[in-house]
Amino acid sequence: MSSATSGYYVPHAARWPIVGSIGLFIFFYGFATWLNQGPFGKEMFFIGVAIVVFMMFGWFGLVAKESESGTYSSQVDTSFRLCMMWFIFSEVMFFAAFFGALYYARIFSGPWLGGVGGGGAEMTNAVLYQGHDYVWPSNGPEDIGGKFQQMGWFGLPLINTLLLLTSGLTCTFAHHAIRVGKRTPFILWLFATVALGFLFVGLQAYEYYHAYNDLNLKLTSGIYGSTFFLLTGFHGFHVTMGAIILLVVMLRATRKHFSADNHFAFEAAAWYWHFVDVVWLGLFIFVYLL
Amino acid sequence: MSYNDVTHHAADDQDHDHDHAEHGPAPGLMRWVTTTNHKDIGTLYLWFSLIMFFIGGAMALVIRAELFQPGIQIVDPMFFNSMTTMHAIVMIFGVVMPAFVGLANWMIPMMIGAPDMALPRLNNWSFWIMPFAFTIMLATLFMDSGGPAGGWTLYPPLVLQMGDSFAFVIFAIHFLGISSVMGSINIVATIFNMRPPGMTFMKMPMFVWTWLITAYLLIATIPVFAGAVTMLLTDRFFGTSFFSAAGGGDPVMFQHIFWFFGHPEVYILILPAFGIVSSIIPTFARKPLFGYDSMVYATASIAFLSFIVWAHHMFTTGMPLAGELFFMFSTMMISVPTGVKVFNWVATMWRGSMTFETPMLFAIGFVIMFTVGGLSGLMLAITPADIQYHDTYFVVAHFHYVLVPGAIYSLMAATYYWMPKWTGNMYDEKLGKMHFWISTIFVNVLFFPMHFVGLAGMPRRIPDYSLQFADWNMIATIGAFGFGFSQLMFVYIIFKCVRGGDKATSEVWEGARGLEWTVASPAPYHTFETAPVIEPATVTR
Amino acid sequence: MSSNVTRWALLLLVLLMLPLGAWADWGALNMPKGVTQISNEVYTLHMRIFYICVAIGVAVFGVMIISMFLHRKSRGVKPADFHESTTVEIVWTVVPLVILIAMAIPAARVLIKMEDFSDSEMSIKVTGYQWRWQYEYLDSGVSFYSQLDAEHNRARQQGADVDLAETFPGTSFNGVEDIYLAEVDNALVVPVNKKIRFLHTAADVIHSWWVPDLAVKKDAIPGFINENWALIEKPGIYRGKCAELCGRDHGFMPIVVKAVPQEEYDAWIADKKLAMAQADSDQDRQWSHQELVTAGAQVYQANCMSCHQAEGQGIPGMFPAIAGSDVATGSIDKHIGTVMDGVQDSMMSAFSDALSDAEIAAVITYQRNAFGNGTGDTLQPTHIKSLRAGDTLSAPSNVAAAQELNTTTGVN
Ligand code: HEA
Ligand code: HEA
Ligand code: HEC
Ligand code: CUA
Ligand SMILES: [Cu+2]
Repeated sequence: MSSATSGYYVPHAARWPIVGSIGLFIFFYGFATWLNQGPFGKEMFFIGVAIVVFMMFGWFGLVAKESESGTYSSQVDTSFRLCMMWFIFSEVMFFAAFFGALYYARIFSGPWLGGVGGGGAEMTNAVLYQGHDYVWPSNGPEDIGGKFQQMGWFGLPLINTLLLLTSGLTCTFAHHAIRVGKRTPFILWLFATVALGFLFVGLQAYEYYHAYNDLNLKLTSGIYGSTFFLLTGFHGFHVTMGAIILLVVMLRATRKHFSADNHFAFEAAAWYWHFVDVVWLGLFIFVYLL
Repeated sequence: MSYNDVTHHAADDQDHDHDHAEHGPAPGLMRWVTTTNHKDIGTLYLWFSLIMFFIGGAMALVIRAELFQPGIQIVDPMFFNSMTTMHAIVMIFGVVMPAFVGLANWMIPMMIGAPDMALPRLNNWSFWIMPFAFTIMLATLFMDSGGPAGGWTLYPPLVLQMGDSFAFVIFAIHFLGISSVMGSINIVATIFNMRPPGMTFMKMPMFVWTWLITAYLLIATIPVFAGAVTMLLTDRFFGTSFFSAAGGGDPVMFQHIFWFFGHPEVYILILPAFGIVSSIIPTFARKPLFGYDSMVYATASIAFLSFIVWAHHMFTTGMPLAGELFFMFSTMMISVPTGVKVFNWVATMWRGSMTFETPMLFAIGFVIMFTVGGLSGLMLAITPADIQYHDTYFVVAHFHYVLVPGAIYSLMAATYYWMPKWTGNMYDEKLGKMHFWISTIFVNVLFFPMHFVGLAGMPRRIPDYSLQFADWNMIATIGAFGFGFSQLMFVYIIFKCVRGGDKATSEVWEGARGLEWTVASPAPYHTFETAPVIEPATVTR
Repeated sequence: MSSNVTRWALLLLVLLMLPLGAWADWGALNMPKGVTQISNEVYTLHMRIFYICVAIGVAVFGVMIISMFLHRKSRGVKPADFHESTTVEIVWTVVPLVILIAMAIPAARVLIKMEDFSDSEMSIKVTGYQWRWQYEYLDSGVSFYSQLDAEHNRARQQGADVDLAETFPGTSFNGVEDIYLAEVDNALVVPVNKKIRFLHTAADVIHSWWVPDLAVKKDAIPGFINENWALIEKPGIYRGKCAELCGRDHGFMPIVVKAVPQEEYDAWIADKKLAMAQADSDQDRQWSHQELVTAGAQVYQANCMSCHQAEGQGIPGMFPAIAGSDVATGSIDKHIGTVMDGVQDSMMSAFSDALSDAEIAAVITYQRNAFGNGTGDTLQPTHIKSLRAGDTLSAPSNVAAAQELNTTTGVN
């Protein structure tokens, strides 16, 4: 029951949102129960995930179908663009909270515990943590999680940086291809992007393995471990999501979706991919390099 | 209904395109669940927040009842704390925010001449998250460990001592955050993309402007809040050390991140109110809004400043002197653009031809009592004095003045103002006026004495107090019950108006301007399906 | 019709204000001037900004009220049509700015003075616990805990059925010193006319040390130390409260500062040192079962009763009962562990720092014998002492204790 009178598009009945709400409800309720080691927490968690995934397929599938059948006006297209843009902005702010935590710990609380930064800091160090010197990376005056080694920037992280930067390029090539309506190069460049993305995630997983087993660097390694794993972890999660989205776009392309002037789904995915890329650059500089 | 059905239906939809173009709402309950109509969704939001208002208010009455006399009579201190916490969460996230979103849904498309919101399905989802998220939130009250009891500010390490309810509260916040961000994105997209040609930015009504800016505040700060509570979660369950000194973190870091969200949040709770009042006062003064341009700039300045004042909530945490000075000065600065708004309202009234129907009464009540709250806010901004005020009832008095006769009054004003447009019926004017006066008397009996006990040294968030505070607390409690129960009148007036009454004209109010008054009352299910023509001379605000 | 409503309401509003105004003793409703130079300056600043705010309020509301009176339709006024004026916009941007600057300068001046921690003459470390304060005099080594006085603690329990006004008299509205919930067992004693530096920290959650008469309020943050200072000019007793929500009994951790002349202070310190030495030797001797039970009852009332309740019955769903509890009747080692180390992620905090060896031994002995638990166990302070020293031995079983029981009249 959609109507497209005089350029406006108003879908009349939306059934997917309620499915999504129920799915998220079960997901969150289950997750919380699971964390509390309550009954059926894990089960609810996975049922919730399944419903949400199902909802996404259904909802996006519906939108894709409507898009391909030309239901959407250019106004709707603009709305989608605005939506994606500000969604990405909100994600930027989400990461900002974690970058802020890293910054705060390195610039304020760390030195303070080490006795630098005024009388209160001196007393904090002298009375509570005698002999503690602050150097980044730090797991705090009480050496939480035990001795660990820092994750260097050379090696895997550098390779990963190159991988992601390259994937940004291939993504742009894909865009050029579809803009002139060349489907096969489009699919191939997309494939390259997705492959690079998953390779990145794989290497990241290996890096975690290495951190846990060789460096004794864990999520529990004080503030360094906390910020390192939460920042890279959330980033890795976003890369995975982005790669999956691009994969879906690619599969749609193999089914003859998209045209030279109607490929917003791809563009949205590409924006997202570039966002993930930029966040990585921030990570590389602030988490690994400095 | 199986899921296959859903997809099947949806796939069918395209075939029926034109048949359904002129359709009204689908019949039955599912209409409300699946609706994509901005008016339906607005209505849902408004009812939801009205219900939550009574839940949050009932919690406030538990607080006030316990504080009626010194000594602990009614509830355990732990439950008292969880009432305080839950009261604030319900009022902020369950009442004021959804009510504003509801008004945005109803009014923004009509005010700018759009057929609907930009993303109607997303709009539906934004609403339908709310009841589920609050189910999780409120369910914690029934858990063995009790609800959250660390204050709405969720400071660690105290919040980490919470029992089983902890994880539920965190996830409920995430869940609500999804709704807020999606709702705001939708509003931004609507305002940017759904204006008909000729509806320039500077022709938009103030309510639309204030909401546009509010939406940005939401998109920028809610994710930060989500990040902050995520760190709480990992500190509690996964052994991270963000907020623990032993591992190199800092409990105060949470406060910084929280207030980076929290301070803009309080303007999220007031900017749309400014918009509402800026619509109502010109109508009943029969004179255009004074200083429209400066109102827009003032709103934007308030929003900008709100990002650099957060640490005025933390003057006692041991910030360095330079930080304290910076945050004191920047906070004081907010008074300037806010003052511009107040002065513009007064100038709008000046030499108008005023009548005092209920919406106008609430709007004037808003201006006066919000200013009282704003001035006490200014006192709080003075760091050396805040050392004495901080965490006392003086602060409680401050924020209730800006929130209750502030935000809540603006909501009531908006309801009376637009209800004839929504229902097609006039509300009972005499009852409305009585509602205003009774509320106004009681709300002051309720909150004014809190200034005194606060200055005299009564801390906030305590279930029992020294005897010297007894008399004023008793008075405040009487005010609370008076104010609370007079809100039943509000509900009665709404029901009465929905069910009938004098028929409203399209224009409703003699001095009303703007597009929403050009459509019939009640507003038809679909408005502006073809873009209205906005000539330079058309009055849209 | 409806203007009738308005008129009645306004009348009611005025009538309501009258008794309130007459009733109030305004002096007791304001910020105290306090007894330090800083507190006086803060008070002056407070009054100055208050009057400025009142003046702004009067001006703005005055214009509004005049307008509401003059410019109403019922008086037949035709609306004007002006809606813009750059001049007035500039005026009402600049004038408030000037007012703000006039407020900011004195405020900054006071603030800079408050933040000047130099040249302090003595230091006291103040540690917040749920829910008591620990004071350590860094210069003399004196150290003790301070918490809500036992009588007040009893009176504030739910269902205590105490007539507060009668029990804590001389206390009411009119500013006579009010001590309900403001009395502690051990007051902080300090000398007058000395710049005292306070070092604030906390052991568990954030607290905030606030004494209005000194105009000091500083958060006590676990793992960090915050500085603060006061120079008290007038001897006297000054009362304050914890000002940061710190859990269930946040409302019940008062502060009492007793400022005395230097000689009196010196004598007090000497006394306190003696008492500490006495208490220290108490940790090393053998206690009788009865002694422990008696002492334990007091420790229990002061530290545990607010949660586990007077008869050890607890609060179902929130605080477990001690009466018949598996822990209090089962393995004594688990019991010791619970009390000393607390229970992770629960309200049961670790008491090993807050209580001395003797107090821990006493309260455990008490819990194991009172409330019908009757295990007959006796736990000696020396056992706790050796545990602290790193020994891992088990506590003696109750066989030995039971023998002692025959010679004393234990609680069963
Ligand atoms: C709608 C919500 C709202 C609004 C609008 C405001 C507005 C302001 N608030 Fe408030 N505030 C809260 C909600 C709000 N606040 C809440 C909820 C808390 C407590 C949170 C918690 O701890 O739980 C709080 C706490 C709070 C504190 C911390 C107190 C403490 O904990 O110690 C401070 C300190 O600076 C402060 C300041 C201000 C200021 C300066 C303004 C300014 O924006 C006010 C500006 C308005 C005016 C000044 C009046 C009108 C102006 C004129 C008539 C012009 C003439 C004026 C001059 C020349 C000065 N607020
Ligand atoms: C928009 C926000 C908002 C609103 C509208 C209110 C409204 C009210 N609040 Fe507020 N309050 C906060 C936001 C708000 N509050 C915040 C942020 C805090 C800080 C929390 C913290 O410290 O963490 C706070 C804290 C707070 C305290 C301090 C608690 C403490 O420190 O321990 C008190 C005490 O009196 C209080 C009282 C009230 C009262 C009496 C109302 C009244 O206006 C309510 C009106 C009452 C009703 C509307 C009741 C109607 C009910 C009936 C008539 C009964 C029938 C019932 C049913 C049908 C279910 N609130
Ligand atoms: C703030 C509240 C509080 C205070 C004060 C408190 N406790 Fe507890 N106590 C608890 C809670 C909550 C538990 C349950 C912990 C759990 O198992 O999750 C508990 C558990 C116990 C238990 C184990 C009971 C059982 O059967 O599981 C013992 C023994 C105990 N406390 C002794 C003490 C002693 C001794 C003191 C005082 C020195 C004390 N408590 C003070 C809250 C408190
Ligand atoms: Cu300690 Cu509040
Ligand atoms: Cu603020």
